Amino acid sequence: MLKILKLAARNLARYQRRTLLTTLLIVLGVLAVLLFVSVSGSFKRLIVGQITDSMLGHVEVHRRGYVASIDNLPLNLNMAPAMVAKVDDALQHMDSVEAWSPRLKFGAMFSTFTETTSIRLNGVDPAREAATCPLMLKRFLQGTPNGGLVERGKVLIPDILATGMKIKVGDMVVLVATNLDGSVNGKTFVVQGVLDSVTGPGGRDGYINLDDARELLRLTEPEVSEIAIRLKNPQKIAAAAAAIRQALAGVTDKQGRPALEVHTWDQLTPFASIASMIDLLTLFIKIMLVGIVLISIMNVMVMAVYERIREIGTIAAIGTRPGRVLTLFMTEGLLLGVVGAVIGVALSLAGIYALNAAHLSFNFARQQFTLAPTVGVGDVLVVSVTVIVVAMLASLQPAWKASRMDPITALRHV
Amino acid sequence: MTFIRAEHLIKTYRTGEVDVSAIKGMDFTIEPKSFVAFVGPSGSGKTTLLNMIGCLDHPTSGKLTVIDTDVEALDRRAAADFRGANIGFIFQDFNLIPVLTAYENIEYPLLMVQDWDASRRRARVIELLEAVGMSDQADKRPDQLSGGQKQRVAVARALATQPKLVLADEPTANLDHDTAYRILELMKKMRDEFGTTFIFSTHDPKIMGEAEVTFALEDGRLVNGGGARA
Repeated sequence: MLKILKLAARNLARYQRRTLLTTLLIVLGVLAVLLFVSVSGSFKRLIVGQITDSMLGHVEVHRRGYVASIDNLPLNLNMAPAMVAKVDDALQHMDSVEAWSPRLKFGAMFSTFTETTSIRLNGVDPAREAATCPLMLKRFLQGTPNGGLVERGKVLIPDILATGMKIKVGDMVVLVATNLDGSVNGKTFVVQGVLDSVTGPGGRDGYINLDDARELLRLTEPEVSEIAIRLKNPQKIAAAAAAIRQALAGVTDKQGRPALEVHTWDQLTPFASIASMIDLLTLFIKIMLVGIVLISIMNVMVMAVYERIREIGTIAAIGTRPGRVLTLFMTEGLLLGVVGAVIGVALSLAGIYALNAAHLSFNFARQQFTLAPTVGVGDVLVVSVTVIVVAMLASLQPAWKASRMDPITALRHV
Repeated sequence: MTFIRAEHLIKTYRTGEVDVSAIKGMDFTIEPKSFVAFVGPSGSGKTTLLNMIGCLDHPTSGKLTVIDTDVEALDRRAAADFRGANIGFIFQDFNLIPVLTAYENIEYPLLMVQDWDASRRRARVIELLEAVGMSDQADKRPDQLSGGQKQRVAVARALATQPKLVLADEPTANLDHDTAYRILELMKKMRDEFGTTFIFSTHDPKIMGEAEVTFALEDGRLVNGGGARA
């Protein structure tokens, strides 16, 4: 094989300009794909990270049917204390879980005494919520996360509400909520902080202390609407969610059906479809790379066969088997693919390093993203192997033609 | 057994709607280690005949046996293997591989056709370079060699695999007379040294005189059936 590689390399070197141009095309294709994958991956990670780390968590546990009615925030589908205890017990024994936070979600009237509006509220355990969604602490546009996140008697409100109703930290507001039995209860709160709005469900919610929420709703039992879970390794979310589902499968209702549902973050936010679109775009870019490699290498190999017809006739006449002629030309395509892929990957890694070193930042509304592109070994391997395989496929037809050439006709070719 | 035997050999080509008879019935035999010329004007059938002897083409009818092998029975791959094992080729235009040096051109059939190991290959190539007087040009590529030097390399390449038969189609047509004679002398010397049968075609009356056995062709027929030179 080494001798064929050597000969193929020399054959490529004899048409230096054409070989360089083709290699350049492949290099540019690989560079474009890997840079796109790394940059889009960086944006995707940042946005997903923000959604999971500042409000949703990676996985959420609800009572069966709650998510289907989540727009209404139904109090009658809260998890009973016994269920919560079972979830706590299960999560405590799972290595994949870093933290979890119980939440009591409900709708309320929000009044400044002069103006009134509606608000979605989350009653949270401050320390556990901060551990589960650490970026919550960075969402403070005004005020500070005293008491872990939110103190008793205080409320965190979204900036859109603060701006619209001209509310500032320290102002007194009234929250009025309808209880499970239909009665209404109100309570005054002091605004502790104004939170930056973020994309996705819950991105414009207010936050109060869990105990305050129970008081406001006049709950006699420590029930919760959901439990948000933070994983140690979000890359293994599917396996972790499956393990949680399995662990909670024993929690059943009176009919013996599973009483709890486990959802991953992408099942709870429309941004998952944007993430899928980014993946789809990446796929299209990869398909374009395949096209570039296919056309450029096929062009080179067709020309190579056409220009070397007499030479093919000679080597066939002196007894070179058709299979070897095929291998020789396919090796030329293989070499083009390998060289293009290696240089393309090297330049891509250098480009990604440079982008990281440049600390490029982008502002979307008030959110700042610092570009931190990375590319996984898997992506590098997939792109490289694709290029090499396509390069070989592209040279297959011309190589086949060369191997089937009639030596007499080939020798006569001018 | 006779080295090469042709019996009622006929070759007809189809060109468009017309059948062209290139060989119109030939009978001849060629003995091993002979130095044979097929002579005749252009279109007399020399190249067609050499192609059939070289297993590059099949007869339309008749029988052609080369080194105990019926040419008609060989399929594409078997013909390639037969050529690789038994036949060397010398071409009018030298047909050296342009990206390879003289050394590598001679080495090519040992490497790509017969899989010789490195030490045997090296010894054989050096032997042949010395035999054709090209040792000092071993590292040069074809475009750095003169016509005569290229044909010397081509002779060495044809002999590399120690074939029993070397076919040379107009090997001197692109060379001046002095060089042409030197190439024929070289071929004869190789025949004497390695015991290889040489068959060449030519239309040059001066060159044909160098052959020990001459077959004259005219319009696809033998007009002089293998006259031996005294």
